[in-house]
Amino acid sequence: MAIEVTMPQMGADMTEGTLVRWMKQVGDQVTRGDIIAEIETDKATVELEAFDSGVLRKHVVAEGETVPVGEVIAILGDASEAVPDVDRMPPAVTPARRVPEPVPTANGTEPPRQPAAAAVTPPANAGRLRISPVARRVAHEAGIDVTALVGSGPDGRILRRDVEAAAKGAASEPAAVAPAAAAPAPAVRRAAPAAAAATTEGLSKIRQATARRMTLSKQTQPHYYLTLDVDMTAAMEFRRALNASASEAQHVSVNDMVVKACALALQRHPKFNAEFSDQGLRLHEAINIDIGIALDEGLIAPALLDLAHKTLGTIAVESKDLVERAKHGRLRADEYSAGTFTITNLGAYGVESLIGIINPPQAAILGVGTVMAKPVVVGGEIAIRQVMKVALSADHRVSDGAEGARFIKEIQGLLENPVSLAL
Amino acid sequence: MPEMRMRDALREALREEMLRDETVFLMGEDIGAYGGSYAVTKGLLEEFGEERVKDTPIAESGIVGVGIGAAMAGLRPMVELMTINFSFLALDQIVNSAAKLYHMSNGQINVPMVVRMASGGGSQLAATHSHSLEGLYAHFPGLKVVCPSSPADAKGLLKRAFRDDNTVIFIEHTANYGLKGDVPDDPDFLIEFGQANVLREGSDVTLVGYSGSVHQATRAAVMLQEQEGISAEVIDLRTLRPLDIDTVIRSVQKTNRAVIVEDDWKFGGFAGELSAQIMERAFDWLDAPVARVCGKDVPMPYNRNLEFAALPSEEDVVEAVLAMF
Repeated sequence: MAIEVTMPQMGADMTEGTLVRWMKQVGDQVTRGDIIAEIETDKATVELEAFDSGVLRKHVVAEGETVPVGEVIAILGDASEAVPDVDRMPPAVTPARRVPEPVPTANGTEPPRQPAAAAVTPPANAGRLRISPVARRVAHEAGIDVTALVGSGPDGRILRRDVEAAAKGAASEPAAVAPAAAAPAPAVRRAAPAAAAATTEGLSKIRQATARRMTLSKQTQPHYYLTLDVDMTAAMEFRRALNASASEAQHVSVNDMVVKACALALQRHPKFNAEFSDQGLRLHEAINIDIGIALDEGLIAPALLDLAHKTLGTIAVESKDLVERAKHGRLRADEYSAGTFTITNLGAYGVESLIGIINPPQAAILGVGTVMAKPVVVGGEIAIRQVMKVALSADHRVSDGAEGARFIKEIQGLLENPVSLAL
Repeated sequence: MPEMRMRDALREALREEMLRDETVFLMGEDIGAYGGSYAVTKGLLEEFGEERVKDTPIAESGIVGVGIGAAMAGLRPMVELMTINFSFLALDQIVNSAAKLYHMSNGQINVPMVVRMASGGGSQLAATHSHSLEGLYAHFPGLKVVCPSSPADAKGLLKRAFRDDNTVIFIEHTANYGLKGDVPDDPDFLIEFGQANVLREGSDVTLVGYSGSVHQATRAAVMLQEQEGISAEVIDLRTLRPLDIDTVIRSVQKTNRAVIVEDDWKFGGFAGELSAQIMERAFDWLDAPVARVCGKDVPMPYNRNLEFAALPSEEDVVEAVLAMF
């Protein structure tokens, strides 16, 4: 029987994807799990796995073409059967996201399924700029780039007031908005400083996605923030000892230790490995921690997967591999979309403290600063200790401050007794 | 200017027109001895006699047919249909004869008749006696459709209707009969057709209504100003045919938002027509899709609470406006 392979939705905000390269050619045998193509989304290039087995009968979409999520891109079937005449037809119904079969857990029960409502994909035009007609016209007349605006209307629609606010902001630019046949200038007019001149740069897809997701977070997730100091003296000593005998691939970073500490703490505080929905709190079974990676094109946060039982050494190997593949645009779909918690770390830049914006729909993010030597009072004496500031930003719809405090204390305790990370 | 109720203002208009023009006469069920179901024609039989105020049998198609014949022959009849619901029985006469004769006779025959009807829900008269069919009559070319919201408008528009050479469907909302207002007593006071009335000026949103729904819109505008600081402009269309779309467009160009309020059902109703015209003429001025606040898509319930729920309320209007910001 012919099986349609569709453009998958890799991440909640993906609306279309570009077929970069076919990895299986017409006539090739495909086994479930094989990589059949590379897909480029607005964030990364990912490999598309086959969900079914069969013979690849037709490439419906050519390399380089961009098509909406849910559209048929290839046909699998038996070697002998006739290929249905599919020719870039949009799906008749809104495509449901194809999710892998649920994996039975140890006690034989299935993990909770995603509620049906959450599986409904946004309409295919969700990525289209939402702007009212009058806002578009006013922006056109004022020469304002609407793609650079953030809408304040329903569902983020850009309204006239948003354009007018932007025009007001731009009014200090001398030539940009002044009409050619301007009215006579008032007698007293302050000369605009030359430094106020500006140019508008187009937004990359990754910039647009970051803008959309961070705005969504701040508009829908009420954040609360908790910060504390972690005494990393013992942890730094522990790391030095580990790395002295480790291969280069197993070399443990400070961030790896933070990841391990968070993975342990999340098992004991499931509300921070959750997401809010109107139906209730969804507590994730898997612990998948996104780590922020700054690329030249912008910020991405792929996930280290299934951390519940991974050792520090495994985390060290996998995090290096993840960063390497992220730099080359070779992330897999689940790494891009399956994160349940995020760590953002600017310690490498010497930043002392960092308060993050939650990565929606997650419930919390941990901001990590640099480890620096500081005078600290220990037992009534001033001592020089290695101190690292951590900041928890959490969704107040999911958890309260006291729960957040217990969670961040747990992370602190694990890092200050680093032997616990070795398990 | 004396203050009076809308029913009295309508009677004043009929009386003044009968005094002015002896070809004007009235026909309808119970309009003579009884004075009309809503007491609009009370006292006119005594003043003008049976020749000019005629009680008729319960036969709507017949009454309207007689009216059309009289108008064709040079008289100026006013036919009262007890409620708009009964006008269904006269629909063939109204649509196939009154609205078309001028066109089909190449302008040789016109039908200067005024057909008055009581319309609207809100009085627990149940599904068959609570229609709002202004939009239905506005659908037919060849008819003028008038729907006043105040005593002064009722008088000025009804007097104007008797001076029109076409059939005028004059629709009165039952909830407005008792409404009080100042009414000019000048016998030459006329309100021209096709001139919408800006009842309240505003800068943030345009609320458009006619007949009964003007009052929900006005109350909503007050709530929006007091509770939300939103300045709403309220426009009373006064006549649906001819339609003063220019006033609506000018307002939308100022406010960038429009909400249409009507008692009629939303599906296929006049609000849809108005919404389309705003979109066609002011698309590049809109900051939000045009909203319609209309009656619910059910036959009117008899139960009082359900009837209220089925009719558009000022709260519904406020909600629709807030969804645009």
